[in-house]
Amino acid sequence: MSSAFIPLLLDSLASAALIFFAAVGLTLVFSVLKVLNVAHGSLYSIGGYLAASLSLFVASRGLNPYFSFVALLLSAALVAAVLGPLLEATLIRWVCGKSEAVQILATFGLFLILEDLQRIIFGVQSYYEDTPMRLMGTTTLGGVVYLNYQLVLIGVALAVIFGLRFLIRHTRLGRLMAAVVADREMAQSIGINTDRIFLLAFSLGVFLAALGGALSTPTSGIAPGLGADTMVLAFAVAAIGGLGQIEGAALASLIVGVARVTAVYVAPEFDAVAPYAAMLVVLLVRPYGLLGTMKIRKV
Amino acid sequence: MRFQTAAASLLGLAVLPILMPWLEFVLTLAIAKGFAALGVAVLLRAGLISIGHAMFFAASAYGVAFLSRAGVADFALAMLASVLLAASLGVIVGTFLVRYRAIFFAMLNLAVSMVFYALCSKLYGLTGGTDGMAVPIPTVFGVSLPDPAFKSLLYYFSLILMVVVGFALHHYLNSPLGQALSAVHSNEIRLEYLGVPVWAVLLIAYAASAGLAGMGGAIAGFAVGRVVPDFAFWTASGHLILIAVLGGIGGVPGAFIGAVFLELLHSAAVSVTDAWNLIVGAALILVIVFLPSGFYGLMKQEKAPSL
Amino acid sequence: MTSDVILKATDLRVSFAGIKAADGVNIQVNRGEFVAVIGPNGSGKTTLLNICTGYITPGSGSVHLEGAEITGLAPRKIARLGIARAFQIPQLFSDQSVINNIMLGLAARHGLWTALRPLETPARRKEAQDLLELVGLGEDANRISSTLPEGHRKLLDIAVALALEPRLLLLDEPTSGVSALDRFPLMEAIMGAIRQRRISALFVEHDMDVVARYADRVVVWNAGQIMAEGTPAEVFSNDEVLKRVVGVA
Repeated sequence: MSSAFIPLLLDSLASAALIFFAAVGLTLVFSVLKVLNVAHGSLYSIGGYLAASLSLFVASRGLNPYFSFVALLLSAALVAAVLGPLLEATLIRWVCGKSEAVQILATFGLFLILEDLQRIIFGVQSYYEDTPMRLMGTTTLGGVVYLNYQLVLIGVALAVIFGLRFLIRHTRLGRLMAAVVADREMAQSIGINTDRIFLLAFSLGVFLAALGGALSTPTSGIAPGLGADTMVLAFAVAAIGGLGQIEGAALASLIVGVARVTAVYVAPEFDAVAPYAAMLVVLLVRPYGLLGTMKIRKV
Repeated sequence: MRFQTAAASLLGLAVLPILMPWLEFVLTLAIAKGFAALGVAVLLRAGLISIGHAMFFAASAYGVAFLSRAGVADFALAMLASVLLAASLGVIVGTFLVRYRAIFFAMLNLAVSMVFYALCSKLYGLTGGTDGMAVPIPTVFGVSLPDPAFKSLLYYFSLILMVVVGFALHHYLNSPLGQALSAVHSNEIRLEYLGVPVWAVLLIAYAASAGLAGMGGAIAGFAVGRVVPDFAFWTASGHLILIAVLGGIGGVPGAFIGAVFLELLHSAAVSVTDAWNLIVGAALILVIVFLPSGFYGLMKQEKAPSL
Repeated sequence: MTSDVILKATDLRVSFAGIKAADGVNIQVNRGEFVAVIGPNGSGKTTLLNICTGYITPGSGSVHLEGAEITGLAPRKIARLGIARAFQIPQLFSDQSVINNIMLGLAARHGLWTALRPLETPARRKEAQDLLELVGLGEDANRISSTLPEGHRKLLDIAVALALEPRLLLLDEPTSGVSALDRFPLMEAIMGAIRQRRISALFVEHDMDVVARYADRVVVWNAGQIMAEGTPAEVFSNDEVLKRVVGVA
C-alpha cells in the first residue's frame, strides 16, 4: 500500500496542477472584472490545440525536439496575446458591469462559438503529441518509476502561485489590481485606468488557461469536448475554493486532484464524477466555497 | 385580436404538414423543444438561467426508452410516467440548486447536466452508451399504428398539448405563486419579509420547468425513434436558452414561436453549413446585445406606441 | 399578563468586528403603543430592527412576540407570526405596478398555495385599492412602482407591510429622504393607517419634531445602550439626551 502511495500523491499533484491552471484564470478574471467568463474552458482547449499543432509541426520539420517545449509556451503566449485583447475589448468589456444574467448569456454564446470554431479548425480527431514528456524521461526511485514531466507541471503550478502572489503584493500592477478589486469606482475616481487593468487581468487569465491546455497535451492529449469539461471542472474548483479566491483555487485544485486520482486508482468508472462529488460535499457544508463569503444585501 | 392571431397561427401549424409532409418532423421537434424552452423561460422569470435543462429533456426520453424496454408500450402511460420522472428529477436536483442564484445556479446546472451526460455515455450496459436506446412506436389506447400514422398522431397530439399546457402555464404565471416567482427576481428580500418561503416558490417552479423539459423530451424521443446522450449535451441546453431568450422573458407563445423559428432555420442551415452551434452562439449574443427582450418582446414594443 | 406586551426584547447583545451595536438592551412595546427609538447615527438602531425581524441573530438575549420566543427565527417565519417591516430604503417589487406590490403582500397573507385563481381577483384588487387610499396612493395604483417619488415609495413600502395585517409594525426612518415639507403629511398618512388598524409600532427616527409629535414613548439609544426612556416630554427635558443625541444645549 505504501508503495502505491507516492505515485498516487504525485499523480494527484500533477492532476491538481493542470486543474489549477484552468481554475486560477477563471477566478482571477472574476475577482478583477466581476465577470464569470463561461467561455474560459475554451481558452484552455485552444491553448492545447495550438500547442499540439505546433509540436506536431516541430516534429514534422525534423527540428530539434526541444523546440516542442518552446512550442508549448509560445502557443500559450500567442493565445493570450491574440484572444485576450480581442475578447476583452469587445464582448467582455461590453458585459462588464451588466447584470449577471447578461454576463452568463453573452459569454455562454461566446462559448458556443469558440467550441464550434475549434471543431471546424482542428477537426474532431484527437491530437496526441508527447515529445516533451518523452524528452523529460523518467526517474526511478525506490523501485517506482516517475515521469519527470509531472514534476515540471507541479513546479510550474507552484511558480504560478508564487508568481501571482508576488504580482499582487509587490508590483505596481498588482496593487492597482487590488485597488480595482477593492472598490472599482474609487479606483476610477483616483485616476486608475481600469480599462487597462481589465485588459491585462483578462489577458493574464487567458494566458494561464492556455498554458494549462498547452501543458496538458503531452500527458493527456486533446480531443473535442475538452473545453466544456474544463469549464465545468474549473468552475467546480473555483466554487470549492470560493469564487475570486486565488489561494482558494489552489487549495481546491488539490482536493479535486486527490479526489480524481483516488477515483482512478480505486473506482475508475467514477473518475469523471469524483470532482463533482467533492464539489457537492464542500458546497453542502459551505455554500459559497471554502474561502468564499456570501454577498449580503444591505437593508 | 390576440386571439385571432393565435388561432390563425395554430391553424397554420395544423395545415402546414399536410401541404409539406417533410415539415411534420421538423415541427414536432420544434414543439418538443418549445416545451423545454418554456421550462427554461419559467426559471428566467425568477432571473435564473439554467445551462443544463437538456438533462431533463434527455432524462424523460430515456425514461420512455426504459419503459418500452420494460414492456410498457402504451403511449399515454409512457408520456405521463416520463414527465413525472423528469419532474421528480427536478425536485431532487432543485432541492440542492434553488439555494443558488445567478452564476452559481447557471454553472451548477451545467455541472449536473454534464455528469448526467457522462453517465449516459459511459454506462454502456444500461443506456447503450453513445449508440443510445431505441424508442419503438408505442400503442395508442391499445391500437398499434404504422409509423407514418403514429408520427402524424404525435404531431397533432403535441399541438393540442401545446395549447393546453400553454393555458395552464399562463394561469400558473398569473397566479400568486407565479407572480411570486417574478418577485424573486425583482426583490427577494421583500418577498422573504412578506413571509413567503422563497425556496418553495423556486422549487415548485424548478420542478415544473423540469416537467416541461421532460414533456418535450418524451415527444422528441418518440419523434426521433431513438434517444442518445447528445440529447443532454450542454450545447442542447444552449439551444434551449436561445429559444427562451428569443421568445422573451415571460411570453408563453414566445417560446414556441422561438422554437419553430429556430428549428426551421436549423433545417435550412444544415444544408449549407455544419457550424450550427456557432450560429446559435452568435445569435444568442446578438439577441442579448440588440434585442434584450427577445423577438416576442420586440413585437410587443412595436405595438405599444399606437396605444 | 403578557398579552398586553406585544414585543419584549431582553438583554440583547450583538457586536460586529468588536464594536458593540447592542450591549444589554431591553425594549418593550405595549399593545397600541407607538414607540420611537432615537439616537445618533451608527448607534445600532437599525440593528434592533434586524434582530427583531430575524435578519441577524443576537449574540445573546431574547425577543418575544406576545410571549412567544422568536429569537433567531428566519425573517419569513417572523413575518408570518405578525411582525411586518418597512425599510429605510424602500424594498419594492420595483418593476411591477403599485397595486401589484400590495396584491402580492395580500396574497402572501392569504397564503400563496390555496389560490389556483390569478393574483388579481376583484376582491383582492379592491382590498389593495382600499389600502392604497388609506395611505394616499389611490391615484398611483397602476404606476410602475419605481417611477414613484421617494416619499411615495416609502408610503408604498409601508402599505405593503400593512397588507400583512401585522400585530407589530417596524418602521426604519420613515421620514428620511423625504423633504421637510412632506414629512408631516407622510406621518399623518402612516398614523392614520396604523390607528385605524390598531397596529402597535416601533419606529426608528432621526427627526425630533416627528418623534415629539407622534411617539407615545421614546427610547434613547446611544453607543449600544439605552440611555433614557419615557414620554417625549420627559426625554426631551433630559439634559444628557439633549447634549448627546439631539445635539442642542
